[in-house]
Amino acid sequence: MKTSHIFAIAVIAIAVGIIISSTGDAGTYMNFNEALEIHSKGDDRQVHVVGELKKVNGEVVGLSESPDKRSFYFMMVDKANNEQRVFHPNPIPNDLLRSEEVVIIGYYKKDTFIAKDILLKCPSKYQEEEIKV
Amino acid sequence: MNYVPGEIGHLAIISSFVTSFIAFGLYFYATKHKSTSWEKTANFFYYAHVATVFTIIGALFYIISNHHFEYHYAWSHTSSLLPIYYQISSFWEGQEGSFLLWIFWNTILGLVIIKTNRKWTASVMTVFCLIQAFLTSMILGVVPFESLKIGSSPFMLLRDVISAPIFKMNPDFIPKDGNGLNPLLQNYWMVIHPPTLFLGFATTMVPFAYCMAGMWRGEIKEWIRPALPWAQFSALVLGIGILMGAYWAYETLNFGGYWNWDPVENAIYVPWLIMVASIHTMIAYKKSEKALKTSIILVVASFVLIVYSTYLTRSGVLGDSSVHSFTDVGLYNQLVLYLLTFLVGSAILIISQWKKIPSTNEELETYSREFWIFLGVTTLCLMAFHVILVTSFPVFNKLGGLIGLDLNLAPPVDQVGAYTKVQIWLAIALAFFSGTGQFFWWKRMDIDKLKKAVMIPAIIAIGATLVMFLTGYFSSFDQEGKEKFDLLISLLSYALIFLCAVYSIAANFTILLSVVKRNPKLSGGAITHIGVAMMLLGILFSSGYDQIISKNYTGILWSSEFPEEVNKNNLLIYQNDPREMGNYTLQYKGIRRLFKDRGFVNQNFVEPTVDPEVYVAKQNIVNKGILKGDSLTIDGVENSYFEIDYIKKNGRTFTLFPRVQMNDAMGVVYSPDIKRTMFADLYTHVRTFPDPEIREEWNNKDTLQVQVGDTLYLNDYVSVFERVERLQSVAGVELGSLDAAVKAIIRITGETDTYYAEPIFIIKNQNVGKIESVVHDLALKVKLNGINPEQGTFSFEVSSGQKDWIILEAVEKPYINILWLGTLVLTIGFIVAIRRRYLEFMAMREKQLE
Repeated sequence: MKTSHIFAIAVIAIAVGIIISSTGDAGTYMNFNEALEIHSKGDDRQVHVVGELKKVNGEVVGLSESPDKRSFYFMMVDKANNEQRVFHPNPIPNDLLRSEEVVIIGYYKKDTFIAKDILLKCPSKYQEEEIKV
Repeated sequence: MNYVPGEIGHLAIISSFVTSFIAFGLYFYATKHKSTSWEKTANFFYYAHVATVFTIIGALFYIISNHHFEYHYAWSHTSSLLPIYYQISSFWEGQEGSFLLWIFWNTILGLVIIKTNRKWTASVMTVFCLIQAFLTSMILGVVPFESLKIGSSPFMLLRDVISAPIFKMNPDFIPKDGNGLNPLLQNYWMVIHPPTLFLGFATTMVPFAYCMAGMWRGEIKEWIRPALPWAQFSALVLGIGILMGAYWAYETLNFGGYWNWDPVENAIYVPWLIMVASIHTMIAYKKSEKALKTSIILVVASFVLIVYSTYLTRSGVLGDSSVHSFTDVGLYNQLVLYLLTFLVGSAILIISQWKKIPSTNEELETYSREFWIFLGVTTLCLMAFHVILVTSFPVFNKLGGLIGLDLNLAPPVDQVGAYTKVQIWLAIALAFFSGTGQFFWWKRMDIDKLKKAVMIPAIIAIGATLVMFLTGYFSSFDQEGKEKFDLLISLLSYALIFLCAVYSIAANFTILLSVVKRNPKLSGGAITHIGVAMMLLGILFSSGYDQIISKNYTGILWSSEFPEEVNKNNLLIYQNDPREMGNYTLQYKGIRRLFKDRGFVNQNFVEPTVDPEVYVAKQNIVNKGILKGDSLTIDGVENSYFEIDYIKKNGRTFTLFPRVQMNDAMGVVYSPDIKRTMFADLYTHVRTFPDPEIREEWNNKDTLQVQVGDTLYLNDYVSVFERVERLQSVAGVELGSLDAAVKAIIRITGETDTYYAEPIFIIKNQNVGKIESVVHDLALKVKLNGINPEQGTFSFEVSSGQKDWIILEAVEKPYINILWLGTLVLTIGFIVAIRRRYLEFMAMREKQLE
């Protein structure tokens, strides 16, 4: 075999390896029902859930902070309208209440969803809709 | 309402689009017919185009600097208090402005091309003007049909963008102030980083344009000479732009580092890698006429990737996967068209010439220079491939959706980990190739010569690695929560990257010594490679071996349900309550405001005035030379700082001031403060603090009966009831002739400062009023409840609350300076290399060959 052939095979092998490894690392978007289902089957991988904070009459409900302020619980409603209590082991992000969309990454433990990470989409970061008179 | 600048600006945008199109046609014709007179006419239209672009910028800047908030751009991105340098950076906060910045650099580059090049002007400018037409179309803001909007103009009126009810009542309504600039962008790096980055974006177009011109004119190899110095310049500017962004993120954002593998970062990293790869193949071609096809593909790819990254970050396709990317302003289809035009167009041009492009059937020899360059270039391409693959997941979802396939690919759960675990191995290979390849570059090598050359660098590298192993440094990284196998892999990759980076530095250094003796002008390559290897070392130490020193295992266990999940990286500190952290004792001293010429001042010692930029001192502040009643000018209306003293075990003390910015429109934003020393940075950022909007809870009420001059204890603070004052007037209360007001003055000695509580007692129309006094730093509230004239006593009600607190995270990043130093070395290397190629090009031009 020529050097260039070995070279080409090696490159293809590495590229395929990269594809397999990165699709293997890819996360999955799920709603709470699906996440609970895989949890009950013993699958403990972390998933992405998209939704928003639970609101009653425009007020966020179900938010409770630990006394040492380093972690908190909140209620989240996913895109399929499932409600879920979520635990986040970090201080409450200051923009949480202003967020219009929340993406959480985590897994179920018993009947609580543990969010290792929270991404917040805030309406006014780049585009504003309200005018103060 | 001032319509004039908007009208001028809008007209200039349309003219700039039209002139770029006309110039494109004329340059096209001039190239086709090799006509210099047509070229001159085309140049004229190009100059007109440049003039229109400058007019657009002038009009927009006029609107911003004169605070014309009837325009959406000014209202949305600026405010009347914004200083001039941030007005400049507000320019590129929005999509439209950043396109404008890119267009601006393109016009400048076009002028440089017309000025410096003779032979290629018309053909290169054809490509240029086409790109320019696409870019100006992005800010066109024209609606030819109901459903078709071309471009998003920066000159839109506020009332046309936002349908607020106020505009129905009063169409000429102008808001008093704008929303202001995102606090994160109020940073000197944000004044210079975007221009650098967009210059980098713009320059990728130059080698691309030369390459396309070469294909078009059938000069399939001649384009390399003028393109090479531009490719090097582009790689340099892009590289500096990326690192400035990283440094800004490190200093300003609070994710705790300089690189987060965010799509916005990746979108520039990938074209940069490919541009660097193309430089290597172009140099290989110049030396031995090999790798022309690869060079063409790489040069085109780096430009197309820039267009692709524009699509990624500006079309809104990233949606849920990035918090940083721009939102969609309705350019999706235009961006796709832009991408496809250049992808397909360049592919057609290349394919039409493919057969004419020489390629060798010679077998690659292991001991040839080309073989090693190819190894390096392939590694760079694999790195780029991996990053663009993962970053493009949302695009795959979208494409899958078009054919009814639900791919459901989310970004990796552990983003940094997933990218790092592949990139690190490729970086190891890269360091190894960049060391060994250099020997082949300068000499014909065989196995004996190679052994001899490699010997010393290899011994140095292995020796250094062994020392690190034996001292146990390699295994000193944070191993919490990792599986045994993963730990082993991490350990191995860290050791290998150290080994290969040191080897690369040593090898390139020996090369550098021998090259400098012969001809210092040729030393660019060796210097650049040393810089890259240093950066790898800096990244290894600062990211692989960073230590979270605010780790905390003693906190109250609130969540007994999830003990192992509770983050232990953050520390809760109460004001003036010293707390141990690693080798330090920390003391949080309270919130400070920054004043011009005065520095940090306790926020409780000043009070606001009608002018938001001016404060008045409430008491003497001795160490700052401030007297009661002095007015002070604030430096940053939105900024507050947390003063934190660090007392080291050996007695050395320093103070950090991490920042919080409170902006009505954007919310609360934290920035770290960094203590920099030669060998490590101590990075501290506040994660949260009590919301100042929320009223404090008071408890432990206590009533005291005291006389003037008595010493009393207010929540254990030694205090003296100094005196009472009769007041002639009380703010907000009108006093009649039968009314009276008295102020009691109590001096309280706190842990670090002296405070005054000054409660007021008012009798008005025979009713009693009380104005309580709050000493925020001590969580004390004092009320003057009553006066007993017979006994000469005063009755105070004292309440105490919870002291202020912060939750912070502190990280130590060892040897991060090697990374910044490596960047500097890399820059110097690039400049040396560019100078060499530019001189070559100029020499050819003098001979009328270019």
